[in-house]
Amino acid sequence: MKTWQCIVCGYVYDEAAGDPEHGIAPGTRWEDVPDAWACPECGVAKMDFEMVEVVAA
Amino acid sequence: MQPIFIVGSGLAGYTLLREIRKRDAAMPVTLVTADDGTFYSKPNLSNALAAGRDAAALAGAPAEKMAADLKATLLTRTTVTAIDPATHRIRTAGAEYGYGRLVLALGADPFPHRLEGDAADTVLTVNDLAGYARFREAIAGKRHAVVLGGGLIGCEFANDLAAAGMDVTVVHLGDWPLERLLPVEAGQRLAGHLSALGVRWHFGRTAKRVDTAGNGLRVTLDDGSAIDADVVLSAIGLAPRTQLAQAAGIPVGRGIRTDRFLQTGAADVYAMGDCAEVDGQVLPYVQPLMVQARALAATLAGTPTEAVYPPMPVMVKTPAHPVAVLPPATGVGGGWKVDATAEGVNALHLDADGRLQGFALTGAETGKRNTLVKGIGAKP
Ligand SMILES: Cc1cc2nc3c(=O)[nH]c(=O)nc-3n(C[C@H](O)[C@H](O)[C@H](O)COP(=O)(O)OP(=O)(O)OC[C@H]3O[C@@H](n4cnc5c(N)ncnc54)[C@H](O)[C@@H]3O)c2cc1C
Ligand SMILES: [Zn+2]
Repeated sequence: MKTWQCIVCGYVYDEAAGDPEHGIAPGTRWEDVPDAWACPECGVAKMDFEMVEVVAA
Repeated sequence: MQPIFIVGSGLAGYTLLREIRKRDAAMPVTLVTADDGTFYSKPNLSNALAAGRDAAALAGAPAEKMAADLKATLLTRTTVTAIDPATHRIRTAGAEYGYGRLVLALGADPFPHRLEGDAADTVLTVNDLAGYARFREAIAGKRHAVVLGGGLIGCEFANDLAAAGMDVTVVHLGDWPLERLLPVEAGQRLAGHLSALGVRWHFGRTAKRVDTAGNGLRVTLDDGSAIDADVVLSAIGLAPRTQLAQAAGIPVGRGIRTDRFLQTGAADVYAMGDCAEVDGQVLPYVQPLMVQARALAATLAGTPTEAVYPPMPVMVKTPAHPVAVLPPATGVGGGWKVDATAEGVNALHLDADGRLQGFALTGAETGKRNTLVKGIGAKP
């Protein structure tokens, strides 16, 4: 599972967690998130997300 | 108790309303906005063209849905014309309202371009969804766009217009793009990648006139040279909307002045987002306004909370060559240590003791920003 970060507001989409509040089930891979999905915090489009390495704590 | 009034339905006003509702479902809130109250994300405006997204595609929930979802009273197409902090009242064209607490989330106006010429009034600005719709109409079927200003927004539009197939010329007063944020090597690298996309640059110049010429326009620069264009877009900067506060006797500087609690000089009046100067700083970006919204929502719910910012790098959305920049705090000495590779520029701002205080990364180097953020204040 990977994580993707909104380059505008910093929100992190975690594939494992999904975004159930907006209809994205946990475990949804990034490529399966619909193009119409927008950042739940700032509303920017999916294309303004970048993959980020999960840094082990 | 009188309701909380929020003025403005941009990201600042709506994010504050969302944050209030996360804490308190019942607190009465009225949001007043001069526009139609449709939710949209402003950063999308400068990279939607090449992606084929028109204004309708960028429009989120309409005002009625926002009002229902966020349990607020929305007054749309309603401009607040005066504030009386002494009596806790605001005035609009047709009515007057009493507020318990008032939050100004008024945004910023494009700098007036002060151009001469018979076509100066055709110069476009894109600062909201309606402006984007007008821009899309104006460029339809057109070939050559001149962009005035090579700052963050000018560079993003130049990239988007060029990627959408238009000829683009940028007129910029600085000697390289984003010269106040980026060291010369990083700025030139960005300029080079945009040039490769077809963008032409006029550095160290300003536009003086825009006149009609044949079927198109002619832009005359301060050195007398002329550029033929079909459309002209001004992106020379933004000025916080301070007039309303100033007229009410609320102290303003570059923006509406607040302390770290977002409180203005008037009791029960707060300001946030692009219109605010918080503790001496105007930070016209999304991440700071989110920090402000969370702090202010807590304050309004009864727990006074300061806006405390983490390091917030700004990403320039130029897909031809993205840029991430974390400017050093004002007053930090030292200078840039620049490393340029084929993939990008890595510039670290080190203080006199060699500690990392900021950075400017371009191209593939932008991927290092999260790691670098963690190293702020330490020796790299
Ligand atoms: C093209 C573009 C691209 C951008 N890209 C990025 C980016 O990639 N990353 C980033 O962090 N930031 C970006 N920004 C900046 C970011 O979008 C802004 O910081 C943010 O949207 C400001 O939100 P706001 O709510 O403060 O202001 P606005 O969105 O301007 O909202 C102001 C609101 O106040 C209302 N209003 C004003 N005066 C009155 C009045 N008297 N009465 C009633 N209503 C009133 C207006 O109608 C409007 O609803 C970009 C900006 C632009 C223009
Ligand atoms: Zn976001």
